[in-house]
Amino acid sequence: MSDPHSAPTAGTPAGTPTGTSVKIAVRGLRKSFGRKVVLDGLDLDIDAGESLVIIGGSGTGKSVLLKCILGLIPADAGSIKIDGVEIVGSSASEREPMMRKFGMLFQGGALFDSLPVWENVAFGLIMGRNVKRSEGRRIALEKLAAVGLGEDVAKLYPGELSGGMQKRVALARAIATTPEIIFFDEPTTGLDPITADVINELIVKCVRDLGATAVSITHDMASTRKIADRVAMIYQGRIIWSGPKASIDNSGNPYVDQFIHGRADGPIKMDVRAR
Amino acid sequence: MNDRNFLASIGGAFLEFLGATGRIVLFAVTAILYGLRPPYYPRLLLRQMVDIGFYSLPVVGLTALFTGMVLALQSYTGFSRFAAESAIPNIVILSVTRELGPVIAGLMVAGRIGAAIAAEIGTMRVTDQIDALTTLSVNPFRYLVAPRLVAGFTMLPLLVLVADIIGVFGGFLVSAYKLDLNGASYIQRSVDFLQTQDVVAGLAKAAVFGFIVALMGCYNGYHSKGGAQGVGAATTYAVVSSSILILVFDYILTEAFFSR
Repeated sequence: MSDPHSAPTAGTPAGTPTGTSVKIAVRGLRKSFGRKVVLDGLDLDIDAGESLVIIGGSGTGKSVLLKCILGLIPADAGSIKIDGVEIVGSSASEREPMMRKFGMLFQGGALFDSLPVWENVAFGLIMGRNVKRSEGRRIALEKLAAVGLGEDVAKLYPGELSGGMQKRVALARAIATTPEIIFFDEPTTGLDPITADVINELIVKCVRDLGATAVSITHDMASTRKIADRVAMIYQGRIIWSGPKASIDNSGNPYVDQFIHGRADGPIKMDVRAR
Repeated sequence: MNDRNFLASIGGAFLEFLGATGRIVLFAVTAILYGLRPPYYPRLLLRQMVDIGFYSLPVVGLTALFTGMVLALQSYTGFSRFAAESAIPNIVILSVTRELGPVIAGLMVAGRIGAAIAAEIGTMRVTDQIDALTTLSVNPFRYLVAPRLVAGFTMLPLLVLVADIIGVFGGFLVSAYKLDLNGASYIQRSVDFLQTQDVVAGLAKAAVFGFIVALMGCYNGYHSKGGAQGVGAATTYAVVSSSILILVFDYILTEAFFSR
């Protein structure tokens, strides 16, 4: 088996920026859990305004990368710069202004089940930014409308909603604070193909309306083809290939080929343990 | 070889104990530091206070009542042998205010509130809701932990004050109506014998116990992992560890207050 990190790439070399202004710059990022190395010197640049989709199998470090960028788990080594500001090794209070640039759609939605839908959507405004409740409610209803949900849903609790509806609410919550950067963690996992497509279209629309930078992680190729400008593949804790969406089918990279065609045989061997 | 393994396991357990103690103290300090700085969440604090203070009243009241009753009955069976029944009010009021009120209320609240806190925060952890708080610029220590610690710290003394009264009343009921002691002199003796310090010491204990219950609930919930099973384990740890800590700190505080 050849070393994946020296595998030939037909697209741009791993992590190379394609545009001019870099929003997020990741250099030599390392993270281990015990003896298990999850991120192994990862380099990645994300341009302002682009929609990057990071693909990769389960347990390859996609979620960990996202959580490191968000500052939810501390990186062991390396550098992450958001708009040129270093966040690795910074304190929680130094990170707080950075968090205001972020919006995040969690895999399971992560809606607060003790609050009704509209308070979930307005949460970041009312609790995080001291917006008045009445004003927060008005914005929440507006954002809910943007994801196709009416006022009748606003009063319900997350537990009363279907999976697809919960995803919509979670999306509305992620965009409610008009973030500059939005992260999508497996946005279509657990949804039927039609609902998944609806969510994909909403993501594209919301990101375009906000003019935000979008970073998604997924293993759903249909979703990737819909929402990506650029695709990066993560394997064994590094970005082994990245390129524009159009070049994904002729990447010339055996790892990417195996992944997008979903073949069991190939250079990628699945880990038994999650991490 | 086996001896060494045996020693290593003792040492490992001890190191683990020290590590856990350090982590819990750090957790508490972090929560206090965040809780002191704005923004504050008065609505959440109020909800926790009502939850801990008001809704625990029936459980704590009932246990206090029966504790006082049993105390009077037990001391009667012992003291009547020496014709010392008149000491029953003293025993009841001292035991209840200094010791049984705070400890029993603390243990009941550990079961009721400690478990609920651990389960709620634990579920929020395993469903990413705590991470979601952070991404929405709301600090989880400030939003989840601090209000619960404050509510535990302030509400348990109030609960214990009520428990003290109910417990002493339980002792009075049994003494006056079952053991045929003179009710008026029972009350007189109780009031004469009681010192402010006894009640204050009990309430101070209660404040510490309330803090411990909320802290162990929050700490174990916050660090739970691995889905439903993890939340279950966190709940168990929260109740067991806070119950043990209540009894340990009961001794330490009694030593501090009453041994001169």
